[in-house]
Amino acid sequence: MQVAIKRQWSWLPAFAVCCVVATIILIPLIATFSGGLRTNGELLTAPFSIPRTLHWENFGRVLAAGSPFWGEIINSLLTVVGTVALLLTVACPAAFVLARISFRGREVIFNFFLFGLLFPLTVAVLPLYITIRSLGLLDSLWGIILPQVAFALPTTILILRNFFRAIPIELEDAATIDGASRPVFFWRVLLPLARPAMSVVSILAVVSSWNNFLLPLLVLTDQSQWTLPLGATQFQQQYATDWASVLAFITLAMLPAILIYLIAERQIVAGLTAGAVKG
Amino acid sequence: MRFTIQKAVSHPGIFTQRIRRQWSRDVTIILFLLPSVALFFLFVVYPVIQAAHYSVYRWNGLGSLADYIGFKNYQALFQDPIFLQAIKNNILIAVLSLLLQLPAALLLALLINRKMPGRTFFRTVFFLPYVLAPVVTGLIWSFIYNPSNGLVADLLRQFNPGATPPAFLADTRTVLYAIFVAICWQYFGFHFVLYVAGLQNIPAELIEAARIDGASSRQATFYVTLPLLGSTIRLSVFLSILGSLQYFDLIYVMSNGGPVNASETMATYQINYGLQRFALGYGSAVGVIMFVLCFAFALLYQRVIMRQDLSGRPAL
Repeated sequence: MQVAIKRQWSWLPAFAVCCVVATIILIPLIATFSGGLRTNGELLTAPFSIPRTLHWENFGRVLAAGSPFWGEIINSLLTVVGTVALLLTVACPAAFVLARISFRGREVIFNFFLFGLLFPLTVAVLPLYITIRSLGLLDSLWGIILPQVAFALPTTILILRNFFRAIPIELEDAATIDGASRPVFFWRVLLPLARPAMSVVSILAVVSSWNNFLLPLLVLTDQSQWTLPLGATQFQQQYATDWASVLAFITLAMLPAILIYLIAERQIVAGLTAGAVKG
Repeated sequence: MRFTIQKAVSHPGIFTQRIRRQWSRDVTIILFLLPSVALFFLFVVYPVIQAAHYSVYRWNGLGSLADYIGFKNYQALFQDPIFLQAIKNNILIAVLSLLLQLPAALLLALLINRKMPGRTFFRTVFFLPYVLAPVVTGLIWSFIYNPSNGLVADLLRQFNPGATPPAFLADTRTVLYAIFVAICWQYFGFHFVLYVAGLQNIPAELIEAARIDGASSRQATFYVTLPLLGSTIRLSVFLSILGSLQYFDLIYVMSNGGPVNASETMATYQINYGLQRFALGYGSAVGVIMFVLCFAFALLYQRVIMRQDLSGRPAL
């Protein structure tokens, strides 16, 4: 009896530790949100008490017409849409060829892409900036989208290729017998089947595009082209004394990422672990 | 062989058909691969090559590459105490991550790997910071460390009213550790998730068998679970070190390498001393050094430590 009780409650210490960690994770987020609901005076005297009256006007100011927030969120959205659309358009066919047609040099090309997993943008960002400049893409969202697609290719091709490989050869034979050429098989049979894998790579691209900072920092100098992360840092520098508004801005800027995560947690986790493990 | 040739000759239709099929296959390969390869080459491979090229010139980024100076940029870099400090900071972040962040992530993964209420909730919460923009994380933590209205200052005031709250990000001795806390907050969830996935691949029967054989749950963890998790741990160490060599966003927002270069990393140095001062040759040399460090580390690590995990995969 006692043993049974002991066993029944044995998860309690682990549970307690998890609660503590979860609190540590959540407090900064809650403090940011609730800070956006205060006046600056309240932030100075008692930043972490429960706010008595909610000052939504901070959010109102960020969202007001003429605020840079709207332009920046639209730029961020355009960049995300452009990145995902282009990424799927170029990566799916490439992954298909690398998965299902054997030809000389295939492994070389595949390893060439895998190589990219090791080096994120930081390493060659100055020459990349020069390349973008010489293509005339400074201050254009394409100057962000094209490199983002290029840097997303390794993980994307890796995940899609593994998925395409797992589709049984009998399916392709059947399609061939029915007279389908390879491109037709790819378009009509494989792609519809690959929707789960495509949603995984899309979500990964959405998150990394939404969060990208270094590249927009270098490429977009014209304020009308700025994306949200850029706008957030600028807003903080400009309103350094008005922390309440800054916190409202930060809250609004991170809200979409949190929502996407809550909706697509499974895909994000699956994609990241697959990309990491296989890489 | 003779048979097929004869057959092919006697049925020219099959022969041309085969050629046509071969040809259409090659066209498919080329058309399907070309856009990806071109983009990847133009925006990933070419800049890496160009970095090496620019790095042997003195170049302000405008005009033509004329002022060839050999390895002088590299010489200058390794004589600049600020750059050496930056490398040291990168290494310190990597070491701290290995000693604190990863063990914490592993411990939590082990704790959560059992039946208990709120498991999915915890998993969701732990990973949440990872999907936020590093810039947002940096801003949030700047607020938390803010000496006039931040959480840390407020907490200290509760215990010791009247004392001047410390400005962790403005003090050369504390800035890097303060940033490291924010780094942990954002990234430990990633390693946690890797470990959780690794743990799920370990068959429960193995642990049960050990328990039946009389192993305590701690013994089962140390002698069964952890060794089986080896490949995941080695991978997470690899990714953590590789990532530590490249931090930029968070540091740029929280301190921009300051105060007095105390939190400079190679990536912020590259921007602050390369791009901002129109020394693109010099900045590119920093990029090349980062590249070489990453590459050497990756090669060495994969050859020596991850060798057993990579069998069956083409080596890099």
